Amino acid sequence: MYDVVIIGAGVSGCAIARELSRYEVRACVLEKEEDVCCQTSKANSGIVHAGYDAAHGSMMAELNVIGNQKMEALSKELDFAFVKNGSLVVCLDIDALPNLYKLYENGIANGVKELRILNQEEVRELEPNISDQVIAALYASTAGIVCPFGLTIAFAENAAMNGIEFCFDTKVEEIEKLRSGFIIRTNKGNVVTKYVVNAAGVYSDEIHNMVSENKIHITPRRGDYCLLDKATEGFVKQTIFQLPDKFGKGVLVSPTAHGNTIVGPTAIDILDKEGSNTTAEGLNHLIKTAGNTVKNLPIRQVITSFAGLRAHEEHHEFIIGEVEDAEGFIDCAAIESPGLTSSPAIGEKVATLLANKLSLHKNERFNGTRKGILNPKTLSPQERNALIAKNPEYGNIICRCESISEGEILDAIHRPLGAKSLDGIKRRTRAGMGRCQAGFCSPKTMQILARELNLDALEITKCGGESKLLLDRR
Amino acid sequence: MEHNLICIGCPLGCMMKVEVEEGQITTITGNTCKRGEAYAIKEVTSPTRLVTSTVKVEGGNLSMVSVKTKTDIPKNKIFDVMKSLQGISVKAPVHIGDVIISNAADTGVDIIATKQVKSVNL
Amino acid sequence: MKQLIYDIVIVGGGPAGLAAAIEALKEGVERILIIERDRELGGILNQCIHNGFGLHTFKEELTGPEYAQRFMEEVKEKHIEYKLNTMVMDITPNKVVTAMNTLEGMFEIEAKAIILAMGCRERSRGALNIPGYRPAGIFSAGTAQRFVNIEGYMPGREVVILGSGDIGLIMARRMTLEGAKVKVVAEIMQYSGGLKRNIVQCLDDYGIPLKLSHTVVEIKGKERVEGVTIAEVDKTGKPIEGTEEYYTCDTLLLSVGLIPENEVSKQIGVELSNVTSGPTVNESLETSVPGVFACGNVLHVHDLVDFVSEEAAQAGKNAAKYVKRVQKDLNTLDEELMHEILLIPTQGVRYTVPQTIRPECMEEEQVIRFRVGDVYRNRYVSVYFDNERVLHKKRPIVAPGEMENVYLKKEDILKYPELSQITIKLEED
Repeated sequence: MYDVVIIGAGVSGCAIARELSRYEVRACVLEKEEDVCCQTSKANSGIVHAGYDAAHGSMMAELNVIGNQKMEALSKELDFAFVKNGSLVVCLDIDALPNLYKLYENGIANGVKELRILNQEEVRELEPNISDQVIAALYASTAGIVCPFGLTIAFAENAAMNGIEFCFDTKVEEIEKLRSGFIIRTNKGNVVTKYVVNAAGVYSDEIHNMVSENKIHITPRRGDYCLLDKATEGFVKQTIFQLPDKFGKGVLVSPTAHGNTIVGPTAIDILDKEGSNTTAEGLNHLIKTAGNTVKNLPIRQVITSFAGLRAHEEHHEFIIGEVEDAEGFIDCAAIESPGLTSSPAIGEKVATLLANKLSLHKNERFNGTRKGILNPKTLSPQERNALIAKNPEYGNIICRCESISEGEILDAIHRPLGAKSLDGIKRRTRAGMGRCQAGFCSPKTMQILARELNLDALEITKCGGESKLLLDRR
Repeated sequence: MEHNLICIGCPLGCMMKVEVEEGQITTITGNTCKRGEAYAIKEVTSPTRLVTSTVKVEGGNLSMVSVKTKTDIPKNKIFDVMKSLQGISVKAPVHIGDVIISNAADTGVDIIATKQVKSVNL
Repeated sequence: MKQLIYDIVIVGGGPAGLAAAIEALKEGVERILIIERDRELGGILNQCIHNGFGLHTFKEELTGPEYAQRFMEEVKEKHIEYKLNTMVMDITPNKVVTAMNTLEGMFEIEAKAIILAMGCRERSRGALNIPGYRPAGIFSAGTAQRFVNIEGYMPGREVVILGSGDIGLIMARRMTLEGAKVKVVAEIMQYSGGLKRNIVQCLDDYGIPLKLSHTVVEIKGKERVEGVTIAEVDKTGKPIEGTEEYYTCDTLLLSVGLIPENEVSKQIGVELSNVTSGPTVNESLETSVPGVFACGNVLHVHDLVDFVSEEAAQAGKNAAKYVKRVQKDLNTLDEELMHEILLIPTQGVRYTVPQTIRPECMEEEQVIRFRVGDVYRNRYVSVYFDNERVLHKKRPIVAPGEMENVYLKKEDILKYPELSQITIKLEED
């Protein structure tokens, strides 16, 4: 019997798992996909929001600001890519100027530091490619960009290092409330636990509704994105937002933590919780509206487009806490933007709640430091040669676009919760994420995966399940 | 009988018509040059193709070796020749020109290697 | 870090790099190093197992591996040095190459001249903005070719191909021969970019339909491709509503263009052309950085390897000449002050390679390669020396898929000492 079962290995579930591993606890994360970070957490803007958007007094505002403050230190503890690049909310219309000031005031009330309203010249000085239509902007120096895979995987690995179990390809089908505790029925068998944490993203309504009469409804809100070649690095330095409207923060243009430029998202409410397909309308909308805030956007340098689903609930507020009519069932639902930013605070909040409920003791062996996959590019030539002398695989470049070596791929496969698929390798190492989109490296990466996992190449998948890549030649 | 052909001699891609009566070509129309006519006669009377593929190699520095029919074979024998290659594997070393299958699918044409594969000690 | 010194470093051991090395050696430069990132020389030819190579160079029809073998043998016989499994990481403007492999780690090579011969990559789905899911089963045609021919696997059994470039056509036949069903080839343009011979022998022979002015508008399948929808496009390339057709398939192959791979060239500071995506070069195939030469698909995408070899030989020869000049410590300033003539492509001609000519440095005859922007019938290829027409050559048909050329004679150009530009265009009469 587990003390805690966390449903969902997205950024919230993994953050909770990591914070919970500070305690002596028997806990397990159930994930229906083959890896962590497979749905909402993998397809978003990767922005660490400053915290001026969410309504003052809301949980969203509180956790956003705390999460933002924790992110930089956390990026060092857990070794993931984070850059504090600042953000600009640009105002294009004199009539909307009061809204910009309202945002500023909301930010001050939320406790966001170093907020400033900039005039046109000041904005242009920061961002030479800003649109001529921009009349003013809200500048937040505390905003940043993070690698969303890096963050989620770091949380998960650190949790696993500290004793939290992870079960993949495990889909929750039913939850039965016992006198004390729960039986969770999955496609892989039953799991018994005292506490359940519902961190199931766009499915958090279905999981919640299995145990509670107070039904909630999550709307998958699709966001399409375009990712531009690293050759565009420096096109914008800050994250550029348009003034928010009723569908959220609008289309942004931002550098990513790895030097690409990202454009997106759209905001289209849909019914299908797996409907992460881009549409022509969505992509065309992006290309049209992104040009509102910047000029000469190098949109022809797009290397890929993708879509993610936000778990939107009509009150636009996080639902975090014990469910009233289901003692022992903790919701962590409706985590939409700024969920990624808030994740460190969400993890802490839920873990503390569980620790109090279960009267958990501190885990004396907890190690909160995790080393990410060694990036040889950060080494001096001497250090790099010493590394290659010891591990020759670091001298064998597999992904030429991102310059990723076999050594890094081997590390990704053999570390805790290691990669099992091409996408797993891609999210951990960036092999296949460059301009050729895995055209050159996928045959080699598949060979390495097959060799290391002792599988036939025919069994290697793109992302688990039925996503097999090759067939036999008769 | 009437055959419609696109000439492959040049990018012009002339649309040609070839009339055949009792096994004899009577007229060829649509071609711009002599090469088109020669091509049309060949395509209508005895079309041939070179077939290329790869086969497995055991004990080599590469796992597959590329092969071809040594000369053209009748077009209608392509799939028979492919079938003769099914399940075939060869032992390294392999040299260019090595016969992989002799008289493939009774065409009288051998299938030969088009690449060198060295043997490696496993 | 280990430091090596060579006269000429050639980046890439494919057909371009091999031919350049052989010719540079013939010209009398001995310290030559070819750097190849793959496990064998020959580049992409190793996976091009089909025939059709070498008709110009060897007057016989070879397969890709056989064509490559002839150059590889010559390189080996002549003891030209090469390093396999070695990646060039960086090249500085003063020609220090940083490379890496598992045996030597990172090391530096000082070169007097560099020949860029890195080839090209395929345009990916991402660059096309095709909407839909991102399941397994979408491959660029070249990647599929590698899986079938080198690795011995099939990418799928029911195939739709987008793009009628030669690799796509070749793969349509290859997959069919291996038992797959190729349902359709969709081409967004009104014409195919592939060779006529390939359309007939790879599609028509097997009854595979080619739909011109069609593109993929949706990809179905969340984990593995389940089908694609194609639709007709209007003259601007926009899909026409109501023309959608759905094809069930497990594989979508893309053959939608090749892009010269010039990331290393950018590090050197070599100027690139917007049209070819390759370096701009003079008559010696020398880039904007003196002593850095380019040839093959990194310079501009070719359709026949024979022309790659021919071009690369020219680059190798000129790189060797450059090295000999530097060795004699000749002042290169004279060269910089040399009279330079611009080549201007216009009226249907998209680009020329080279882009400039210095008459003093020309060979007796200089080939100018170019491509046209559309299919044109019954046109004249005309060359103007400033405003005077000097060449007027009738062509029954010219198409974007087939590289064209004209030859200029040094003696003709020297007759015009004031010549500032040479224009190449298509004319109706």
